[in-house]
Amino acid sequence: MLSLKQRRSLNTLLMGVLAWGVALAIFFPIFWMLLTSFKTEIDAFATPPQLFFSPTLENYTLVNERSDYLHFAWNSVVVSFGSTIIGMMLAVPAAYSMAFFETKRTKGTLLWMLSTKMLPPVGVLVPIYLLFKDTGLLDTKTGLVIIYTLINLPIMIWMAYTYFKEIPKEVLEAARMDGSTLFQEIWRVLLPMSKGGLAATVLLSLILSWNEAFWSLNLTASEAAPLTALIASYSSPEGLFWAKLSAVSTLACAPILIFGWISQKQLVRGLSFGAVK
Amino acid sequence: MNNNRYLSAVMAVGMTAVASSAMAATKVTIGTVNNGDMVRMQGLSEEFEKLYPHIDLDWVVLEENVLRQRLTTDIATDGGQFDVMTIGMYEAPIWGEKGWLTPMKDLPADYDMADIFPSVLGGLSHNDTLYALPFYAESSMTFYRKDLFEANGLSMPDQPSWDQMKSFAEQLHKPEEDQYGICLRGKAGWGENMALITTMANAFGARWFDENWKPEFTGPEWQNAISFYVDLLGNYGPPGASSNGFNENLALFNSGKCAMWVDATVAGAFLTDETQSRVADQIGFALAPQQVTSKGSGWLWSWALAVPVSSDAKEAAKTFITWATSRAYSQLVEETYGIANVPPGTRTSTYNNAEYLEAAPFATRTLEAIGNADPNDSTLNPSPYVGVQFAAIPEFQSIATQVGKLISGALAGSMSVDHALKAAQSITLREMTRARYYSN
Amino acid sequence: MKTTALNAGPVSSAAEPEKDSRKGESKKTSRINRFMVSPSVLVLALWMVIPLSMTIYFSLIRYNLLYPGDNEFVGLENFQFFVTDFGFMAGMSNTLLLVGAVLLITVVLGVLISLLINQAFWGQGIVRILLISPFFIMPTVNALIWKNLLLHPVSGVFAAIWKFFGATPIDWFSEFPLFSIIMIVSWQWLPFAILLLMTALQSLDQEQQEAARLDGAGPWALFFHLTLPHLARPIAVVVMIETIFLLSIFAEIFTTTGGGPGYETTNLAYLIYSQALLQFDVGLASAGGLIAVVLANIAAFFLVRLIGKSLTEKQ
Repeated sequence: MLSLKQRRSLNTLLMGVLAWGVALAIFFPIFWMLLTSFKTEIDAFATPPQLFFSPTLENYTLVNERSDYLHFAWNSVVVSFGSTIIGMMLAVPAAYSMAFFETKRTKGTLLWMLSTKMLPPVGVLVPIYLLFKDTGLLDTKTGLVIIYTLINLPIMIWMAYTYFKEIPKEVLEAARMDGSTLFQEIWRVLLPMSKGGLAATVLLSLILSWNEAFWSLNLTASEAAPLTALIASYSSPEGLFWAKLSAVSTLACAPILIFGWISQKQLVRGLSFGAVK
Repeated sequence: MNNNRYLSAVMAVGMTAVASSAMAATKVTIGTVNNGDMVRMQGLSEEFEKLYPHIDLDWVVLEENVLRQRLTTDIATDGGQFDVMTIGMYEAPIWGEKGWLTPMKDLPADYDMADIFPSVLGGLSHNDTLYALPFYAESSMTFYRKDLFEANGLSMPDQPSWDQMKSFAEQLHKPEEDQYGICLRGKAGWGENMALITTMANAFGARWFDENWKPEFTGPEWQNAISFYVDLLGNYGPPGASSNGFNENLALFNSGKCAMWVDATVAGAFLTDETQSRVADQIGFALAPQQVTSKGSGWLWSWALAVPVSSDAKEAAKTFITWATSRAYSQLVEETYGIANVPPGTRTSTYNNAEYLEAAPFATRTLEAIGNADPNDSTLNPSPYVGVQFAAIPEFQSIATQVGKLISGALAGSMSVDHALKAAQSITLREMTRARYYSN
Repeated sequence: MKTTALNAGPVSSAAEPEKDSRKGESKKTSRINRFMVSPSVLVLALWMVIPLSMTIYFSLIRYNLLYPGDNEFVGLENFQFFVTDFGFMAGMSNTLLLVGAVLLITVVLGVLISLLINQAFWGQGIVRILLISPFFIMPTVNALIWKNLLLHPVSGVFAAIWKFFGATPIDWFSEFPLFSIIMIVSWQWLPFAILLLMTALQSLDQEQQEAARLDGAGPWALFFHLTLPHLARPIAVVVMIETIFLLSIFAEIFTTTGGGPGYETTNLAYLIYSQALLQFDVGLASAGGLIAVVLANIAAFFLVRLIGKSLTEKQ
C-alpha cells in the first residue's frame, strides 16, 4: 500500500506527465512548422511525413534573396508599436475618467465602444479605401497606425478601465489632498499601481496589431507592407511551396513569439481583465 | 549587341524623365502573382535597372486571389497604387473596355508583334485594341505516367475522349498503393475547378449562356458533364479531391500519386523538373480530352502586364512591360535560369528554337493546345461571350465562384448533382437579372 | 445607438458624485470627465460615423465598382438581395455554430488544462510557455500550417497517424469542413482561455479549499462549489472577448476552405467578403455589412445581458 504522501507525489508526477503531454500536443503545429522550414520541398511533401531528414537552410536563403525581410519586419514593428503607443495615450485618460468619475453614460459609452469592434472590416473596405485615397494615406505606415489604433482602442480602454476600477478611490483622493496635479496623480499614483494590467494591455495590442491581416493586405502596396503581406507573397503559388512557406512563416512569427515568451509573466499576471480579485 | 537599341530607348525615356522630375529616378510599382515565372522576373529586375538606371522597380508580390482583389479595388477606385498590374485574359478586355488601362500602341519595332500568337493577343484585346502585353500563356492538356500505362498495356491517344480517360482511370486506380487513377481540380473557384469544368462542359457540348444570356445548367449537356465529373473524380480520384487545386494536384502528381492529370500546360515544366518531381522522366503529354466535340476542350489563359490609366509613371511602366515581354527578356531568362524556364506560350520564336523543344518535352503539345484554343469560338452551340473557360463579363467571377462552390459540394457528397445544377441555374439567373441582362 | 437599452440598469453609487455635496468638485469632475474621454470618443465616433454613414448611403444605391457612374437609388433592393442569397441562412447558422462551438471547446478545455497545470510540477514554466504559444501566431499562418502540414489527407501528419493505426486517412476539409475550421480556431484561442483561467486559479483561496477538504468534500464537490464559482467571472471575460473576435472570423476560412464545399463553412463575414471582393458589388456588400452589424449587436445585447453586468460593475 502506498502512503498518503507517496500517493500524492505519484499523483503530482502523473499530472506533470499529463500536463507535458498536453503542452507538447498543443505546441506541435508550431514545432512542425519550424521543422518543415528546414526541409527540401520534396521532403516537405513526403509520405509519411519525415521526422528525420538532412536539414537545409536553402529555404531561408531563397526567402532572403527574393524579399527584403527586414523591410517588412520593420514596418510591422513601427506599425504595432506606433498604434499601441497612440492607443495607450488615448485609452489611459479615457479609462481614468470613466473609472473614477463615473456617470450615467459611462457604461453605455463603454459598451458602445466595444460594439464598434463588431463592424465587419470587409463591409467598410471600399469607404475606407476611398477615404485613404483622398487623404493620401494609402500604403503609408501612418494609415495603418490610424486603422490599428482605432480597431484596438475599444479593447484597450476596456482593459485599462477594469484595472483602474480596482484601485481604491481613496488613494487618488489622498494624493489630491497632498496637492498633486491631475497629471502627477495619473503619472505617480495611478500608473504604478496598475502597471501589470497596463503592461498586459500593451502586449495584447501589440499582438493584435502584429497579426492583423485584412487591412494590412488591402491598404498597402510596397512601402508600408508588414509581415502579413510577406506571408501572402509565399502562400499558394504554382508549384511546391510548403517548405518556403514554413520558413517565411517562421520568420514572420518569430519576433512576436519570442517577445511573447519573454513577457509572458506580465501577460499572465495582467491579462485578468479585472476578473481576478 | 542589343545595346544600341536599348540606348535609344534609354535616351527617349530618359528625356521625358528629365523633363518631368529633375533627374529623380522614376519609381515603378509592380503588382504581380507569386508564380515561378514572375518570381524569376523579379529576380532579373536588377538587369532591367542596369539598362534603365533612372527607373526603380518596386515589387508587390502576392498570391493570386489576394492580388486580384487588391488590384481590382485599386483600379476601380482610381487608387493609383500600381504602375504595372499583372492581369489575366479575363480582366484585360473588361478593364480595357472601361478605359482603365493604357492601350498598348506604338511599341518599338524590335518588339516584333507578329511573333506573338494571335489567339493570345486577341484574348487581351477589346475591339482590336490591345490592353496588355502577354508575359506567358497556357492552355490545358493531359499529363499521364508513361511507366504506369506501359505496365498495364495501355496507350494514350493524341487526344483521348473523357470516356477513354475513365476506363484508364478505372484500371490505374490503386488507392491501397497510394496511386490514384486521375487527379483533377476540385477546389471551388472560378479560376480553379470551374476552369477545368468549363472545358469539360464545352467538350460535352454545353455552354455558359445561350444567345439571350440565359444559363443552361438544367440542360442535358451540363447534366452529363457534371455527373461524369463527379463520378470520375469521386471514384477514381485522390481523397480530398474537393479541396485540390492546381498546386495540390501538382504536389500529388510530383510525388507519384496520380496516374493522369488534366491541367494547365505550364505544369509540364514542374513535372519534368527533377528537383521537384519524383517522376520527372515518366511524364507523357496528350491534348485535353474531348467528348462530343473537341471545341473548347482545352482552355486558353495568359498572364499579362498592363499599365493602369491611374499610374503616374506610365512611360516608365510601359518601358518595363515592353522589356519583360520581349524576346531579349526570354534570352536573359535562358542565360540565367536555363532554357526550359523561358516564359512559354506567347512567341512563335520560342517554339522555333530546337534547343527549347529539346529541353521542354511538353513544348510541342503546348503549342498545339494553344493553337487549338479559340476564345471567340469555344462552344458547340453558338454563345454570346468571349473566353474558353470563362465568359469575359464582369459578373462571371461571382457567378462562377458560386457555381464552383456548388459543384465542389456535389463532389464532396454534401448535395446531389441535380440539386447543385438547379441551384447553379437559379443563382446565375438571379445575378444576371440583377446585372440587368434581361429586359422584361 | 444600440446599447442605450443597457443603461436601464441601476446606476451605481459611484455614478453620482453629487453625493459628495461638493458642488464645485462635481462640476470639475464632469469637466475632467468630458475632457479626458472626449478624444477617444471623438475618434471612435469618427471611425464609426464616417464609414457607417458612407456604408448606409452605399447600401441604398446601385454601386458596383465594375460599373462606375451608374449609381441610381434602389431603396432596399440590396438588402433584399443579400437576405435572399443562397448562402445567407447557411452563413447565419455557421456563424452561430462556429462561435458557440469554439467558445465551448476553449472554455471547457481551458478550465481542465489550467487546473492541470495549477499544481507545481517539473518544468511548469516551460509547459506554460508552450501552452500559450499558439496565441501569438498569425491567423493566416495558423490556417496554412493546419491545412498544408497537418490536415492534408495525403501527406499531413494526421493522415500519417491514421495510417499508422491502419485507418483510412480522413479528408478533413471535405468530410468535416466546419469541424476542421472549429478545430483550427479553437487551437488559436485556447491559449487565451488558459491564460485567463490560470491566472484566476492562482488567486483561489487555498485555506478555504483545505478547510472544505477537511470537512470531507470530495474533488467533484470542491470543483463545483468552490473552483467553478471562482472562475465564473474570468469565464465571462473569455466568452465576451472571444465572441467579439469570433463573430468576424475570416482569415482562417479564406485560407482553408474558401467557404466550401457548398456553403458549409461560409459564415457571414465570408459571405460579405465574397460579395464585396469577388463581385465588387459595393452596394450589396454594404447592405450585408449593415445586416451583420445589426446581428452582431443583437448577439452583443444578449451577451451583455448574460454576463456584461458582472463585467462593468464592481465585484
